[in-house]
Amino acid sequence: MTMTERPPRTAPAGPSVGRPIDRVDGPAKTTGAARYSAEYPYPDLTHAALTHATIARGRITGIDTAEADAVPGVLAVITHRNAPAMRPAPSFSMLDLSTFASGTSVNYLGTDEVHWNGQPMAVVVAETRDAALRAAALVRLSYEELPATVDFAGAEKDARPQKNSALQSGGATKGDAEAALAAAPVSVDLRFTTPPHHHNAIEPHSTTAAWDGDRLTVHDGTQNISWLRRHLALRFGVRAQNIRVIAPYVGGAFGGKTMVWAGTLLTVLAARVTGRPVRMMLTREGVYRTVGGRTPSTQRVALGAGRNGRLTALIHTSVTQVGRVGGGPEQVTSQSRHLYDVPNILLQQNLTELDALSNTVMRAPGESIGTFALETAVDELAGELGLDPIEFRMRNEPERNPIDGKRFAHRMLREAYALGAERFGWADRTPRPGSMRDGRWLVGMGVASAYHPSWQFAANVTVRLSADGRVLVRCGFHEMGMGGATAQAQIAADALGVPFEAVRVEYGDSTLPTGPGAGGSGQTASVAASLLTACDKLKGSVLALAGRSRESPLRGRRSSTLEARDGGLWTGPAGESYATILARAGRDSVEAAVGSDTRLGAMTGQLRFMSKFMLDRRRWVKAACGAQFCEVRVDPVTGEVRVSRWTGVFDVGTVINAKTAASQLRGGIVMGIGMALTEETLVDPRSGRIMNPGLAEYHVPVHADIPPLDVHYLDEPDPTMPLGLIGVGEVGITGAAAAIANAVHHATGRRVRDLPITLDKLL
Amino acid sequence: MVEIRMRVNGVSESLDVPPWVSLLDVLREHLGLTGTKRGCDQGACGACTVLVDGERINACLALAVQYTGRDITTIEGVAGGGDPHPLQTAFIRDDGFQCGYCTSGQICSAIGMLAEHGAGSASAVTEHVAATGIALSGAEIRERMSGNLCRCGAYNGIVRAIQDVAESPR
Ligand code: FES
Ligand code: FES
Repeated sequence: MTMTERPPRTAPAGPSVGRPIDRVDGPAKTTGAARYSAEYPYPDLTHAALTHATIARGRITGIDTAEADAVPGVLAVITHRNAPAMRPAPSFSMLDLSTFASGTSVNYLGTDEVHWNGQPMAVVVAETRDAALRAAALVRLSYEELPATVDFAGAEKDARPQKNSALQSGGATKGDAEAALAAAPVSVDLRFTTPPHHHNAIEPHSTTAAWDGDRLTVHDGTQNISWLRRHLALRFGVRAQNIRVIAPYVGGAFGGKTMVWAGTLLTVLAARVTGRPVRMMLTREGVYRTVGGRTPSTQRVALGAGRNGRLTALIHTSVTQVGRVGGGPEQVTSQSRHLYDVPNILLQQNLTELDALSNTVMRAPGESIGTFALETAVDELAGELGLDPIEFRMRNEPERNPIDGKRFAHRMLREAYALGAERFGWADRTPRPGSMRDGRWLVGMGVASAYHPSWQFAANVTVRLSADGRVLVRCGFHEMGMGGATAQAQIAADALGVPFEAVRVEYGDSTLPTGPGAGGSGQTASVAASLLTACDKLKGSVLALAGRSRESPLRGRRSSTLEARDGGLWTGPAGESYATILARAGRDSVEAAVGSDTRLGAMTGQLRFMSKFMLDRRRWVKAACGAQFCEVRVDPVTGEVRVSRWTGVFDVGTVINAKTAASQLRGGIVMGIGMALTEETLVDPRSGRIMNPGLAEYHVPVHADIPPLDVHYLDEPDPTMPLGLIGVGEVGITGAAAAIANAVHHATGRRVRDLPITLDKLL
Repeated sequence: MVEIRMRVNGVSESLDVPPWVSLLDVLREHLGLTGTKRGCDQGACGACTVLVDGERINACLALAVQYTGRDITTIEGVAGGGDPHPLQTAFIRDDGFQCGYCTSGQICSAIGMLAEHGAGSASAVTEHVAATGIALSGAEIRERMSGNLCRCGAYNGIVRAIQDVAESPR
């Protein structure tokens, strides 16, 4: 067992927390009643569609809209020649994180410049969606083309080291890794490549926008309501208070709906031009052309070890791409700071700039592809050493954070491997590659570690307790499928000692207290932290109300001695119900708030949160981790790989809802299976145009690709997190591709270091 | 413009639309039945699956005019007499969704699939194509449901929900 400080459970799972409660939005989602962003009726609604550039870089020299204008029902063809000015994208400021939300720096339709192949150059507004789409295809653009850098493989050599910032560092060193590698008796030095990936949420990005004077209502499936609202305020020159963003249901996102992309901005612009409500649901191709995806990468992982199986050198470097118009580093080497106890470490991330659309966050940016390279290399070195890959990992399991000696807030990777090996039946594996068969199928088993840092953000929350015992939690957080409202209702129910059914949660609307963004697997913990504080405040207020009356058995009690249960407050057998206290005090309800949404309140709240967060990060290394086990079957004739079994054991702290947490972990693994075997965005190296912008040619896993996934979590709280919980949204994808690559090697003896592992690579 | 008449969820509808309008657009844009989802408009995702006289189709690939006189059932119409369809209940119990965007299509597709299976049709994984009484194993369900993508990866829950309903006595 790793040495970490682990005080006993601070908050035992209550009657609601931890239970596999059905999602509260289940009835809405299974009956078609849940309304997504393109599904709100508006009288007089119009529809918009985009015309995309077909060159990577240059200028527009001519626009012929005659044919488009002639399509019946067309109301406007908006181009840079007639579009009203939109303000430029803001530059980044730590004081206002919404400045981070620009998908690109391009001022759409404010310029004749083309910056990537697919940039929207015109918006058509029409009475119907099909008229808008047809007309958009008839807008003729002519260009003056300029030389462009569009081929990642060709641009790799121009990569420059990533600079360090307050939130991310581009490199780290400890000892002399190159020298240690050269001196190591056993070593590997490997190159990996991963292709670009796209989120492919099944709901294409959709926006419905309606102006009323200088007031704006926007339905948009965003992962960050407050960023979107403030971003729109900046771009359209209106006060944020005049903008309402409504997004209770988001049809999948995975990072793709974090930034503000062209579709959203141009829908709002089109609504301003036409003076009517406008709806734009991007075509599937339009999503690929205007919303960024995961960067491609090349990675070098070099490992050296002594014959005793102890690592002596770890080198992990990467090259990833950014667009000249935006995008940022993805922390490809992040897990390599934390996973192995190595005296000599060298990490460096490098960036190369392309005339391409910005890359953007996609489920576990960095660690998803970084764990593929690191964990495949570890498996290779274990093979060289003749060691079982789990045994090799356990020999190198650190007690403190390898790169800087900080303490782990919590780490149970050993336990995850032990339990996983047992559940999966690892002992049945015969080590020699190609030694296991089932009929004609070659069978392979592989493992890899999962790792994802945990994040937290500021969240404003209010809680109201009514005299009838009902509780209303309000927070503008996001629901893309995590089951946020269900989890927060469970937390509030236990914190206040009321039944789960008594709690209602409002979310997904900018009129609510500002919630955290849905990213970095941090939303549940962020809301939970504020919600718990709000519930404590609320109980304090109720106690104060009770204390005013001589009749109350709670008079004179301190809040620290109280227990909330059975719909009231108690000290031992003495206590009374909320209803009694409120009725006696003549109150309909009591409310408590955490955080403020005034300008000053928001700013100080953000600063206070950031300083606490940074301090906390200086003390602790916090993360979710896990052990991924998979079994594959490979057809020796066709090279077809089928994933036949899976076990994932995760250390994600306290689990709030056993059902939804397991689903999220499975969802991550499913995306990891896609990443390993089928997913690849193909970019034409001459033109920079994405060649497979659709679900028929970009292959996400289907039912037939996914066996039953055995998912287990250790359910031990992280003592430094609210309720001990760590986010579960991203850790599932990490390590998954490596586990598959390692299993494929075990089945066939073939190492594939270039994703995806398609049939041709095994023949 | 052409006139189309069809029954949608038991209600007779009649409307004038251009001949190129898809059944999906008729449902979503003209009739306001937004429970049927658009994920690709290309027949690649299954989010738009509806039932036509009990058979599942992708509404985005169907021209509305071709369905004149037919009986269309969408997610809004699968529940009978106020009670949810057993699959709707099972999807909630088995957590067969996350974001919910593919869910209407999955449920409609599953209803159609169970009917196909009940009528004895084989799938690519059926051992003997001529077999009668094909057992509805997990592999059979996965194969037969592979036209319905779920990017949230709720596949395990969906298969379990379908299996539960298929196995429960009627
Ligand atoms: S929308 Fe019809 S199959 Fe995707
Ligand atoms: S539940 Fe989100 S796509 Fe299936």
